[in-house]
Order: sequence, then structure tokens, then C-alpha cells
Amino acid sequence: MRHHLILRVITKLLVGTIFLFALYVQFHGDYSPGGGFQAGVIMAVGFILYGIVFSLAKAQKVFPPWLVHKLLAFGVLLYAGTGIYSMLMGYGYLDYTAIDPHHPSHGQHLGILIVELGVGITVTGVMVAIYYAFAARAPILSDEDW
Amino acid sequence: MLIVTAVTVVKTRSLFAIVALSGVFSLLSALLFITWDAVDVAFTEAAVGAGISTVLMLGTLALTSRAEKESAKSNLLPLFAVVLAGAVMFYGTLDMPEFGSPETPVQTHVGPDYLKRIPDDIHVPNAVTAILASYRGYDTLGETAVVFAAGIGVLMLIGGLRRRRINDDDKNSSDTKDTT
Repeated sequence: MRHHLILRVITKLLVGTIFLFALYVQFHGDYSPGGGFQAGVIMAVGFILYGIVFSLAKAQKVFPPWLVHKLLAFGVLLYAGTGIYSMLMGYGYLDYTAIDPHHPSHGQHLGILIVELGVGITVTGVMVAIYYAFAARAPILSDEDW
Repeated sequence: MLIVTAVTVVKTRSLFAIVALSGVFSLLSALLFITWDAVDVAFTEAAVGAGISTVLMLGTLALTSRAEKESAKSNLLPLFAVVLAGAVMFYGTLDMPEFGSPETPVQTHVGPDYLKRIPDDIHVPNAVTAILASYRGYDTLGETAVVFAAGIGVLMLIGGLRRRRINDDDKNSSDTKDTT
């Protein structure tokens, strides 16, 4: 898509906004609609848009596949690890009171933030990994084919 | 509008148009969810249905052909199955409480309890997030694990991890070359 100037300029403007919005949805999830799943998908859309308009190789330079594969596992580990941490502190599995025993509601707040982050990371990883897997197989189409 | 889009999807033969229309369908249903005050669901529908799945469908389209094959079989049996399933679903909804009624099990069982306790327990204004991540933390962990498993499954099936194996093969072949 080398000659699609408008697409490229608009994409450059949009990608940053999309990432910002994804982070907003991620960390503002306990005040407004949204949460880890939605934020993860929006984040992934940012990378995918970049990959479509520029090229897969450029997107993979920004967010290399090995990192994607590590992150996709790290999110689940972060979530499960929060539960194990609360168990080690002597509370039930995934009982976020453990994070801040003096202010249970603070603990809950932080706990929700952390597990939502885990969800977000995993969802981003999975979506981008699936896109990479599909796009790496597809033959590169000339613009007339579409 | 949802129905019109759905019928068009069935009638169209160009897969490219179908993918675009299914994105439209997702956006319309997201609007429907918003009018029902289910903002979180609408958000997910718009992001996943209209965003990601359209892109993945387009990726799949690039691997296959652009047009649907003309089916030689009769349409009567599928039509019968669809009408039957639709009739059963309508029959099922007859038992459901009236839309928006305060006496539904959703409103009388654990729902009010959660809504009453969230401000004291968690201090989080968005009840959906509080329930998902805290009261129903195990379920969400399970969902995350499912997403993870799905991702791993796709990678193994269509070979996102292929490059590493090719590199290994190269190394092996160079090793054998050295030994010979």
C-alpha cells in the first residue's frame, strides 16, 4: 500500500489514539464501561491496523512475534499469580484483600486492576498472534485483486 | 435493519461483501445493546465483532477464493431446520418474564445483593467490572485461560510458530552437512 497516502497519514494519526484509548479502557475499567477484554482487543486492533496499512514486517519490528508469544502466556500467569500471592498471604485464592489487608477496599481495587491487566495482556497477545499467523500465510495481494 | 442486513448476507454471493456486512451487523447489534443499557456488552460487540473478526475474516479471505460456490443441493431442508429452530426459540420466550419486569430471577436472586455490597466491599463504581474481576474472579480466570488456549491452538494449527521450526531444520541440515 505504498501509494495510499491518505490511508497512511490517517493511520499514523489513528494508531496513537487507539493505543491511548485502549489504555484508558484498561485502567479506567472500574469507573466506566470496559475492562481487560475490550482494552486488549482495542490494543490489538492498533497493531493490526498498523500491520495492514504499512506492512507485516514493520508491525513485527515494533511488536516482534517472540514477544507476543511470551506476553500471551504472561497475562494468564499474572492473573493466576495474583491468586497464588493472596494464598501465600493467608487468604483465599484470588481474595484481593491480601494485597492491602489494612484497607480491604484498596486491596480489591488494586487486585481488580492487576487481574484486568493480565486479561488485557493475554487478549492483546492472542489477537495479535492470530493476526500474525494469518497474515504470514497470506500471499501478498496487489491492490487490484481487492 | 438487523434483519435486512442478515437477509442481504444470505443473498449475497461475494464473500468480500459478506464480511463487510457482518461488520455492519455487529455494529448494529452493538447499538441495540446500548439502547438496552448493556454498555459493556455493546463495547465488546463493537470491538470484537466489528473490529477483530472482520479483520480475521479478511485474512482468511486472502487465503481462499472471493466468491461463494453455487450450491447444487435443495434449500428446503435447511429452511425447514431454521424455521423449526426459530419456532422452538419463540416457544421458549413465551415462558420468559416480561421485558424489564422487576420480578425476573436476575433482579431477585443474587443481583440486588451484589449491587448493595459493591460500594462497601470494593468501592468501584462500575458494578460489571467489580463482579467480573472480584466476585466472579474464578470465572474470569477461566475465560482468560480459554482465550489463551484458543490462541495457542490457532498458532499450532496454522503455524504461527513455524518459522522457529524452519530455523531448527536449517540448523539440522547444516549440521548433517558438516558431518558428511
